[in-house]
Amino acid sequence: MERFELGEDVRLLRPMQQTGRRFWTLVAVLLAIWLWGMFAWITQLRHGLAVTGLNVPVYWGLYITNFVFFIGISHAGTLISAILRLANAEWRRSITRAAEVITVLVLFFGVGCVLLDLGRPDRALNVIRHGNFTSPLLWDVASITTYLAASTIYLYLPLIPDIAILRDHIPGRRWFYRILALGWTGTPKQRRLLNIAIAAMAVIVIPIAVSVHTVVSWVFAMTVQPMWHSTIFGPYFVVGAIFSGIAAIIIAMAVIRKAYHLEDYLKPIHFNNLGILLLVMALLWFYFTFAEFLTTYYGAEPTHMTIFLSKVEGAFSPLFWTMVFTCFVIPFVLLANHVTRGKIWGVVAASISVEFGMWLERFLIVVPSLSHPRLPLTAAAYAPSWVEWSLFAAFVAMFILLYAVFTKLFPIVSIWEVHEGRELSVKEVVQRVESYLPSSPEPSHD
Amino acid sequence: MARWGMVIDLDRCTACQACVVACQVENNVPPPGAEQAESGRAISWLRLVPFQHAEQGRQPELSLVPLPCLHCDHPPCTKVCPVKATQVGEDGLVAQVYPRCIGCRYCTTACPYTVRHFNWDRPEWPEPMEQALSPDVSVRPRGVVEKCSFCHHRLQRAKDQARAEGRPLREGDYVPACVETCPAEAMSFGDLDDPGSSVARLSQSPRAFRLLEDLGTEPKVIYLSKGEWGGEV
Repeated sequence: MERFELGEDVRLLRPMQQTGRRFWTLVAVLLAIWLWGMFAWITQLRHGLAVTGLNVPVYWGLYITNFVFFIGISHAGTLISAILRLANAEWRRSITRAAEVITVLVLFFGVGCVLLDLGRPDRALNVIRHGNFTSPLLWDVASITTYLAASTIYLYLPLIPDIAILRDHIPGRRWFYRILALGWTGTPKQRRLLNIAIAAMAVIVIPIAVSVHTVVSWVFAMTVQPMWHSTIFGPYFVVGAIFSGIAAIIIAMAVIRKAYHLEDYLKPIHFNNLGILLLVMALLWFYFTFAEFLTTYYGAEPTHMTIFLSKVEGAFSPLFWTMVFTCFVIPFVLLANHVTRGKIWGVVAASISVEFGMWLERFLIVVPSLSHPRLPLTAAAYAPSWVEWSLFAAFVAMFILLYAVFTKLFPIVSIWEVHEGRELSVKEVVQRVESYLPSSPEPSHD
Repeated sequence: MARWGMVIDLDRCTACQACVVACQVENNVPPPGAEQAESGRAISWLRLVPFQHAEQGRQPELSLVPLPCLHCDHPPCTKVCPVKATQVGEDGLVAQVYPRCIGCRYCTTACPYTVRHFNWDRPEWPEPMEQALSPDVSVRPRGVVEKCSFCHHRLQRAKDQARAEGRPLREGDYVPACVETCPAEAMSFGDLDDPGSSVARLSQSPRAFRLLEDLGTEPKVIYLSKGEWGGEV
């Protein structure tokens, strides 16, 4: 079998061939944050959840907020990439991998948050030994496990041809890549099988991804608690997840572009197109939020109104209005305007704003409903402790670290897919567009 | 099979809190320290909760209502437990299995009455109280959820006693510590399904009501009062 001709794409191998001082500095900083987080974790293991800010009745706080937030971000990759693949969106080629890695990595931290929240993490496996399928938490376990498996396969399949390229081009780690390449040589049969497998996984992964955030929302919606018990929560959470997911891809792309000088691969048009998607999600998010809050307000049930008012004008109102501003106003202004959307900084600024706002949204779902129990109990306010914040920082740091390490082991832009785009897609797209047009009538010969 | 229930006559209750103390002692609930009380983490299986209370022709006033676990017939807590650590057990009692609980606190958030408690800390008793723990009730480890059991251990003892004497369980054989203690005789306990029992009779009183009845949880704790109860304080 002939050697894959890299041509100009040899640039994509550079991050794996040379590693500079900046990378190691980043690793050191992130490891330091992680170690600090481990110190916080050991503190919690020694003293129990007493070291958090949780209390009666606010039994859930930052950990559960972060659980929902991380699982939401996981919708970045697999779902977006699967949709773009199935839609034959040609501009996807250089961004799918960067997106898929986010999904696989961030899922571990989502699950980690639940483990942090357990009073008895040593008994976590009881969910398998004594699993109770009437509990939405068990639905989560089933759905997230399936999603993790499916999105790992979905990340790995399109990696195989690239790993084979690495095997042939990076002599130092040949043994590593040889094992992972599964003997890929790029024969027509191998290619056909791979394409079928990728297409099948892209279809399979979409309903799984939708189920994941739906059942995360059902953890809340299945209870009778005010402003949790809502039929809108399933789709609302899925929309929020895709929203924060797209924002995460955009931020990751901007960093990779800058760090590895991939300006030729991650172009303003990619940011522009993702910016349009982000704008659509911002509008959808606003629509869902508005529908949810108007319904609550109009129905005016006292227990619901207590929570509603605490968000809109009470103790949580600064957070609430910041959320509206960062989830909707800022991204809307930046992305609806083609001048700022055309600029990478504009789209990235909108994404950072969305990420911040969506974290607030998760917090504002979890905490206010618990802060105001139905019965008049003396309620204590919830303020997260240093342990909770440290572990949040540690999880974010470790996620970034693993992502950075991934870019050092595998090409973060799919080499063979970009190559395929150059070789085949231009022709294919021309043919496709021609097939949309009315055929010109044959000249008649009388 | 009996359906154990409690009736609390609020027109008799003096809010003396003898029931609260009796419960703490009976069930090995550690007295909360100042720090725990301040951070809102005091565990108490039976609390007095302030409600707005109005009787005809009188100004509304603040009254305290004893609130144990209501042992609902349709408990929202049991179905959300991921490990079946809380279940409707023997005779309709909502039981908590401490050695199995993983401490996820889903049941505590799902309970609309907020009567479930979490062990934030290892339980501690000031000297020499730790020598006076009840041998019938296990001390809960840190990290698990606990709540009022309707003094389930007393039911087991009463059943053993009745079996030893070769007779069926009689009314009054099984009574939780709070009911036994109440000096105003405001609390009664018994089998709600036994038409002859005093709780069955009292639960039919025109003064009877249950907390958050519209949620459909069917609590087995029934309150009696002439006035209107509820609302924010």
